[in-house]
Formats: sequence, structure tokens, C-alpha cells
Amino acid sequence: MKNILLLIFLLVVFFAKSSFALIEIDITRGNLNPLPVAVSPLYVESKSSEALKELEVGSEISKIIETNLLRSGLFNPLEKDSFVQKPDIAHLKPRFEDWKLIKAQALITGKINITDDKLRVEFRIWDVLAAKEIMALAFTTVPDNWRRIAHIITDKVYERLTGEEGYFDTRIIYIAEEGPKNRRIKKLAIMDQDGANTKYLTLGNELVLTPRFNPTNQMVTYMSYFRNLPRVYLLDIETGVQEVVGEFPGMTFAPRFSPDGKKIIMSFAKDGNSDIYTMNLETKIVEKITEHPAIDTSPSYSPNGKYICFNSDRSGYQQIYIMRSDGSNAKRITFGQGIYGTPVWSPRGDLIAFTKMYKGKFYIGVMRTDGSGERLLTENYYQEAPSWSPNGRVLIFYRETKSGSQGEGFSATLWSIDLTGYNERLIETLTDASDPSWSSLLLK
Amino acid sequence: MNKSIFLSVIFHIIIISLTAISFPYMIRKPIDLPPIISIELIQISDITNIPYAPKAKKILEKIKKEKELEKIKKEKERVVSEQAPPKVVKKEKPDAIPLPKDAKKKKKIKTKKQNPKKIKSEIKQASEFEKKELFDPDQIAALIDKSKVEKAETMRKSDKPTQSQDKNFVTSALTLSEEDALKAQIFGCWSIPLGLPYNEKLLVRIKLKLKSDGTVIKSEILDHVRMNTPGQGFYKVLAESALRAIRLCQPLRVPTTGYDRWKDLQLNFDANEMLKG
Repeated sequence: MKNILLLIFLLVVFFAKSSFALIEIDITRGNLNPLPVAVSPLYVESKSSEALKELEVGSEISKIIETNLLRSGLFNPLEKDSFVQKPDIAHLKPRFEDWKLIKAQALITGKINITDDKLRVEFRIWDVLAAKEIMALAFTTVPDNWRRIAHIITDKVYERLTGEEGYFDTRIIYIAEEGPKNRRIKKLAIMDQDGANTKYLTLGNELVLTPRFNPTNQMVTYMSYFRNLPRVYLLDIETGVQEVVGEFPGMTFAPRFSPDGKKIIMSFAKDGNSDIYTMNLETKIVEKITEHPAIDTSPSYSPNGKYICFNSDRSGYQQIYIMRSDGSNAKRITFGQGIYGTPVWSPRGDLIAFTKMYKGKFYIGVMRTDGSGERLLTENYYQEAPSWSPNGRVLIFYRETKSGSQGEGFSATLWSIDLTGYNERLIETLTDASDPSWSSLLLK
Repeated sequence: MNKSIFLSVIFHIIIISLTAISFPYMIRKPIDLPPIISIELIQISDITNIPYAPKAKKILEKIKKEKELEKIKKEKERVVSEQAPPKVVKKEKPDAIPLPKDAKKKKKIKTKKQNPKKIKSEIKQASEFEKKELFDPDQIAALIDKSKVEKAETMRKSDKPTQSQDKNFVTSALTLSEEDALKAQIFGCWSIPLGLPYNEKLLVRIKLKLKSDGTVIKSEILDHVRMNTPGQGFYKVLAESALRAIRLCQPLRVPTTGYDRWKDLQLNFDANEMLKG
């Protein structure tokens, strides 16, 4: 006992003394400027096929990486004109002084070769200031898949330099819209996260609504009207096989997968009262989660599956509530002015994104899961349906413009914004687009 | 019994740690000048109530009068002497400059208050303030018993200021403007990785060895273990960003003089404030 006390005393004295000996300076601020990065064109080895060379895959891949990094808002890819070193030599051993000169802090180099119709891409990330390599990986795939390789490389670069999982090797499913406003043709469409490789999954004969990705990526659930009755569908993207999950009465809304992908959760009106239900996809058993005379809609699971956030007007206005996944302990979390809707739980679990309507304007915002720390990221005439990127850093949503009485001037577009609220970007689509849903990473 | 010992030990530790923590801040203010310390000691004697020899009473009254006169003199001196050392003021942070003046005023008021007390009570003999001034041969007789104690106390007193002066020297090794110059430089170089989880502790401490021109000879991350802890991958990214900032900033904007003071430097990079804000 005495010894311990003596030790404590000595420690106190020692630390008190030693803290004076060394000068300490607290650095509590830095800049949030995008990190200057040099993406050297990937060097194509001469063994590679002529066709691939014509395509200039090397520089194409580096361009895609640059665009991805630029769009993230966290990186500043430098002009290629300023690069001094040739791609092949830079990939072997960069002259860091040259890259330092153009103010690059990170350098990405790579090499491509093709053997037996297989594309092999290797890349390295170099810390220019530390003058060392910090990552090196190689991927092999079929040559047609080169775009995905570019996205995967971007993910690795992003992860290595920001400390956070990337979101570039992902896809977005959305509703492609064409034609005048009163006779819209709506098709289910899927594309890469950067807008390339668009494919249509339905023909547009029926109205389709609210597609949502399964966390495992293979499946999409969406709603479609068949003979004016809402149906919930499952669609396997890889095989194209569609399956009707069930026909539900009256107004059915926004089916969504549970985090394990085994259930879907949705709301529908039974006997004139809208409540939240889950359906087990294996057993097809439907379970009622909420039991309240108010209108409960838009359910979304927390990533651990323990909680559900949803909309309810039980306080008189539409507000956001959370409850346990069995429906108990429902608690209102929004108390601000205006109406709140479409709550979506972040894949990181720390935030809930929502749409807010206030004084005739629409806002996309985020708040903590207890409703505190509300931040409105963007304001517009009409926008809604946020969907999270798999790393929980970016939101995708859609906007509609004001139209005349005949529907002229109407447009629907997809937009992304990150949590800082500064990096807002239009995502280009072939047609008008609405109701996007972001997949998780394809390569994990 | 055990409990009370335990409590006493805990209180001692608390008091020791409190003084250890708070001392450097106190030292920065030039309040702790020797004359002021002696004033505080008068109050202690008021409480202790030590008996005195009747013969000494008359002597003491004399002394009191003399003392009062001396005090007035001393006060005058004090004002001069306190204003005199400009070096200490120079070392002060700019914000803290108005403080010493205020503090001096307060102290002066205290000394005035003490005068009436002295007249009322006859206990003054034991006061250490008096003791200091009782250097006449006659007075020594009355105070023989306490001379040893006094010596010991004066020893302690003389110890304290020297210690504090040492500390003062070390803590004020970089002036605020020197520190600000360095901070401003590194603020500009540090690109904070935005993907960091903001509910984690994001502090990277880096110890530097510098050349006299501000270039870095050696940099060492103090929480090295955390870099390779599973689930703390972001920490490595954060640490690397801090190292990049130091390399980018080289040579650091260090003071032109006093290389010995800052040849070893510790930078604490804390991203929490930025990311939460």
C-alpha cells in the first residue's frame, strides 16, 4: 500500500516536472483544401495487344481516376502537362524532387499488360514528401472491365489517403423518366456511380417506383403497378430474373431491405390505417411492426438492424421517430419547425439523412440519431429521397424544377452532396432521373 | 483509522498535483515577488496566537511603531521595485500584461488592511513579518526560541522563488509570438484528412529534433502503437498527414536565437476541433 502511494506520488512529481522540460505546441487547425495529387498515365507494356493500345487504356484509366478524385471534393488532381517524368520510369522509381516541384503530395503510377485476353493492371501510390511507396496492388480481369479497375483503384487511393472506405466501385439504380410531365414513361435504370454504363431494367410499360439496393448488391426491390395494384418486386441484377414478393392492398410505400438482406420493410395501408410491416423473404411471413392510428411510413433500418427510423404524424405533423426493430419504444426525434420526411439511416450508423419541408422550400439534411445536431446541406425548390454512399459520406438525391401549367420546363436530375455541404454535384444521366439508390461496394 | 489515513493521503496527492499543475500559470504572473510573500505570513501569526514575554511587550510596541514607519517606506520601495523589473513583463503574454498592475493594486490594499489589525493585537511578536525586521540586538533576546524556526522558514522561502524562476525560464521558452508564427506556418501546411471518424480521439503527438535553421533532423510519433492497432487504420492516415505537414513546412519558422530552448519540440496535432466544428 505504502509503495503504491509512493509510486503515485513520484509519478505525479515526475510528470509535473517532465511536462515543463519539452516545449509543446498544439496544432488545432489545418486547411481543408483538397490534397494535390498527381495521377500519372498508366504505362502500357509493349506486349499488350494493339487494340488496347489504340484505346489508350492507360490514359483513360488515369482520367477516370482523376475525375473520381476531383468529384469527391477531397483531392485536387494536377494538370498532366506539368508532369516531367515519363509514366514507365515514374512507375519504377519516381524522382520525388520533380513531383515536389509541381506541389504534388501524392503520386499514382501504374502499368498495364494483357496476356491470354486477361488485363492485368498494377498501380502504386507514392507519398511524395516522405519519398516512399505507401501502397501497391495489381488486379486481373477481362479487358472490357477496365472502367471498373479505374474505380477500384480510386477506392484504394481514397481509402489510403483519407482513412475512409471509398465509394467509387458502386452502382446507382434510379427511375429514368422520359416524355411530357403528364404522360411520363418511367423505367428502372442502373449505371455506374459516375454515370457511365447505363442499362434499363424494365421496358416502361408499367409505373415503377422507389428502387432500393439489397446490402449484398445482387438484388433490388422496387414497386410497380400492375393493373393499378401496387406490387413489390425483387430483381436479380446479374441474372435479370424478376420475382413478385407480394401484392399489397391500397397505398404501399417504399420497400427497403433489412441490413442482412433477409427481410424487407415497408408501409402499407390496411383498413384505412397506414402502418409499418416487415416481410421475411424466405418464409413470406408478414409481420406488423407499428400499431398506431396515425400514418406511419418510410421505415429504414439502422445498420446493426436493432432500430428503425420512420415517419409518423402522430404528433399532428409529419415528424421522424425511431423505435426498436420490434416496434417498441417509439420516440420522436425531430422537433424543429417544418415537416420531416424520408429518413435514411447512414451505413456508418452515426447519422440519419432526411428531407425537410419548410416555408415552401425543400431541404436535404442530416442529424444525429437522437435528433440533435441537425444540419441542412442543401436548399431547393423541390428535392427529396436522399440515399447514402456506402461509406456514409455522400448523399445522392433528386431535384425537380418548377414547370408551367403544361409541364414545360420540367426536369428531374440526380445530385450528390457530401457531408460538408459544399461539394454539390450534378450526376449526368441520359434521361431525366429520380429516386436514386446507391449500392454498396461491389468489390469488398 | 485506516480510512482517515487514506483520505489524508488522497487529499495530499490532490493538493500536490493541483500545485504541480497550477504552479506554472501562477509563475507567469510577476505577483510572487518576495515582499508580498512576507505580507501573507502576517495573517498566519494572527491565527496561531503564540504567547509572548511581558518584558518584550514594550519593546514590541516600539518595534511596531518602527515597523509601521518602515512599512510605509517599504511600500514606497515596493511600488518602485515592482515596477522596476521590466524583464519579467517582457516575457509575459500580451493578454496578461494588464494583470500584474491589477494584482499589485490588490496587494497594496491588503497591506493597508493589515495595519489596524496590528494595533489591536499584541501577538505581533510571533509574526514572521516582524521577525524579518527584528534584527536589533535587543529584540533578538525576545525571540531566541524561535530563531531556529525562523531560519528554517526563511530557507524554505528562499527556496521557492528560485525553483519558480527555473520553471518560469523553461515554460516561457517560446514567446507567444514565436509560438504563433510556428503555429500559423503549420496550420497552412496541414491538410486534415476529411474521412476521419469524428467521435474518436484524433490527437497525434510528434516529437521533433531540429537543426538551428529549422529543418527537421528526426521526427517521432509518440503514440506509435496506435498506428498498427486494428480498427484504428484512420490513425495512421492522420499521423501521416501530420508528418506530411511537417515535411511540407520545412524549414520551420523557429526563433533566430536560443537554439537550446527549442531544439527538441513536440507538436500536438488535434483534428477533433476542426472536424467537429
